[in-house]
Amino acid sequence: MEGGLGSAGGGAGEFARPELESLPGLAQVLRLRAGGSYQVEGHSLALALMAGPSRGGAWCAVVGVPDFGAEAAAELGVVLERTILVPDPGPSWLEATAALVDVASLVLVRPSDRVAEAVAAKMSARLRKRGAALVSLGPWPRAEATARLVTPRWAGLGRGEGHLRSREVVVEVRRGAAPPRRTTLLFPGPDGTPVATTSGPVVLREVAV
Amino acid sequence: MRTLVVWCPDWPVVAALAERDLPTHLPAAVFVANAVHSCNGAARGFGIRRGMRRRDAQSRCPELVLLDEVPEREVRAFERVLAALEELRPGVAPLRPGLAALRSPGRFYGGEPEAGAVIAECLVGLGIRDVRIGVADELFTAEQAARRAAVQETLVIPEGGSATFLRTLPLDVLDEPETVSLLRRLGLTSLGDLAGLPAATVRARFGERAAWVHRVVHGGGARPLAARTPPPELTCEIDFEPALDSAETVCFSARQTAERFVAQLGQRQLVCTEVVITVEADGALASERRWLHPRWFSAIDLIDRLHWQLVGSLRVGDIRAAITRVRLTPETVVSEADHADGLWGGTDARVERGVARVQGMLGQEAVVAPVLQGGRSPADRQALVPWGERSVGLRSRGLPWPGSIPAPAPARVFPTPWEAGVLDSAGRSVTVLDRGAMTGEPARFRPGAGEQWQPVAAWAGPWPVDERWWEPGEARRPMLRFQMVGVDGRAWLVTFDGTAWVTEAAYD
Repeated sequence: MEGGLGSAGGGAGEFARPELESLPGLAQVLRLRAGGSYQVEGHSLALALMAGPSRGGAWCAVVGVPDFGAEAAAELGVVLERTILVPDPGPSWLEATAALVDVASLVLVRPSDRVAEAVAAKMSARLRKRGAALVSLGPWPRAEATARLVTPRWAGLGRGEGHLRSREVVVEVRRGAAPPRRTTLLFPGPDGTPVATTSGPVVLREVAV
Repeated sequence: MRTLVVWCPDWPVVAALAERDLPTHLPAAVFVANAVHSCNGAARGFGIRRGMRRRDAQSRCPELVLLDEVPEREVRAFERVLAALEELRPGVAPLRPGLAALRSPGRFYGGEPEAGAVIAECLVGLGIRDVRIGVADELFTAEQAARRAAVQETLVIPEGGSATFLRTLPLDVLDEPETVSLLRRLGLTSLGDLAGLPAATVRARFGERAAWVHRVVHGGGARPLAARTPPPELTCEIDFEPALDSAETVCFSARQTAERFVAQLGQRQLVCTEVVITVEADGALASERRWLHPRWFSAIDLIDRLHWQLVGSLRVGDIRAAITRVRLTPETVVSEADHADGLWGGTDARVERGVARVQGMLGQEAVVAPVLQGGRSPADRQALVPWGERSVGLRSRGLPWPGSIPAPAPARVFPTPWEAGVLDSAGRSVTVLDRGAMTGEPARFRPGAGEQWQPVAAWAGPWPVDERWWEPGEARRPMLRFQMVGVDGRAWLVTFDGTAWVTEAAYD
């Protein structure tokens, strides 16, 4: 009953169903694995990672994110009916996270203080046992991968006219000491849904600050 | 079988006045579709009649109390009367709100007039002054007798006297205006005249209702009453002697009561989804709270809720004395079948247990479910509903909401907006005037205290929204929203609220 996440153990515990991917092209650089913990920068990326299992029928929990954008989450495909929110857990955020790991397949958490190595190891054991994944919006020791959005470029906005339409952004994933892997996306795309760009590496325009 | 009918005239008006705590002597009328549906004696004294238009009624009696028709209220108010009647004599058959029948108590109270007097006294004790009672061989005659009795009086039609009584009645009791009018034009004025016609002809020419009345007048109307089954008593309570003053001991002692509460519902194949927990301290009501459960309450759930309620009430000081009584009242019960577990088990039960653990840790309101609703600002477009409660009062998303920001929605919506700063090229703070004119083009901005000042790469707006313009003073603030992208590529929703800049959301 773990929805979009496969069972723990071995290398097979990856997203079993690529059609649930909410970000095209992301699977080449980052796949959530049951039992893994991930460090993510960028709320929209975290919500997009949540959308896959959520659409697959899994329950998701969000701990310590009072600025959770429910509408953005719904636009990315998160099923709000299967989302549990604990906006202000206070000092017992770790206990709340542990309790929710038991029931949700993916827990999104923003740690309110530094996470000790031992705590992360314990949480990791719990995640493996329950077949859940943890996405942290802050430093998380021993994270399997660190993903972040770099060099965002918004389109649709002028000087006083238009509105935000689409964003060209590079998702950068680091695993340990290996060189970072990158993929370029239109996220969101011009019609709201993310699109993988076919172009090669992005050439960034320097902006004078 | 002798039947006794209790009639409370103008029940819709009586029930509505009672609910509003208004005295019964005021002229009052219940209106449906702008016409009088029913009115009381005082209003009739002013010449107000059924079917009269509202403005005509008000022109005859300007101080007329106007009431809306609420059928549930009438039934609810009549429930009290039925319960009182059942105390006196079981087997009460409610006919409609304001009218009930029961088997005549015979000689139990010393005779039928005496029985009527006892019932009238009982209902007057409930505050219902206009009660009329009729007793006859069968229901139709008894109802007609009640309608002809004086206030708080009993009209007894002796055994075998129904035909004689009915023959004198005008044809209006048929309650079918077309048939009555036709019979009148044929020269018939009373039920006696109708009874003189052959039965088969009456049925063929005037229909079922007239044929049935014809049969009753001939003494063939007896039919058994369908008595109601009194609703079961599902409320459970426990008294503490001596009184207890700690939440833990109360919960421990109330465990058996909670189990009994769930068990007696279970015997009726019911489960409770909404419960009211009442706590009395020192004989007075100290704390009352309604709890909802997304599935249903088990005994453990009930004790949990009781514990939370006690801890909360003790903390804020609602409960000052020792607790003497705890009462569990089922507010909503549903059939067990609606909530039975799926054949292959349910994930939901597991989720509920996990959520309950977090609620036990952090409190009931700490766990919420996000829902979307309509609105203009991103914060207005979402709502957080405490887990397990129904979302009520949400704004419709189907409306256009002019002034709302076009998609995509921001990934971060700050519950408390950040204090922001926006400067023009000369380093002065930008101000936006009422109609959207700006004192300068935004050149540099800082979304929040924790962020760096940076040049504005692109911006759009304002999306002006003048909400609550009808409220004077502080509440009225025209909100002018801007989307701003800094040179680092990050986009923000920045708002000028009339005096200062705030950041409401981030497109992170």
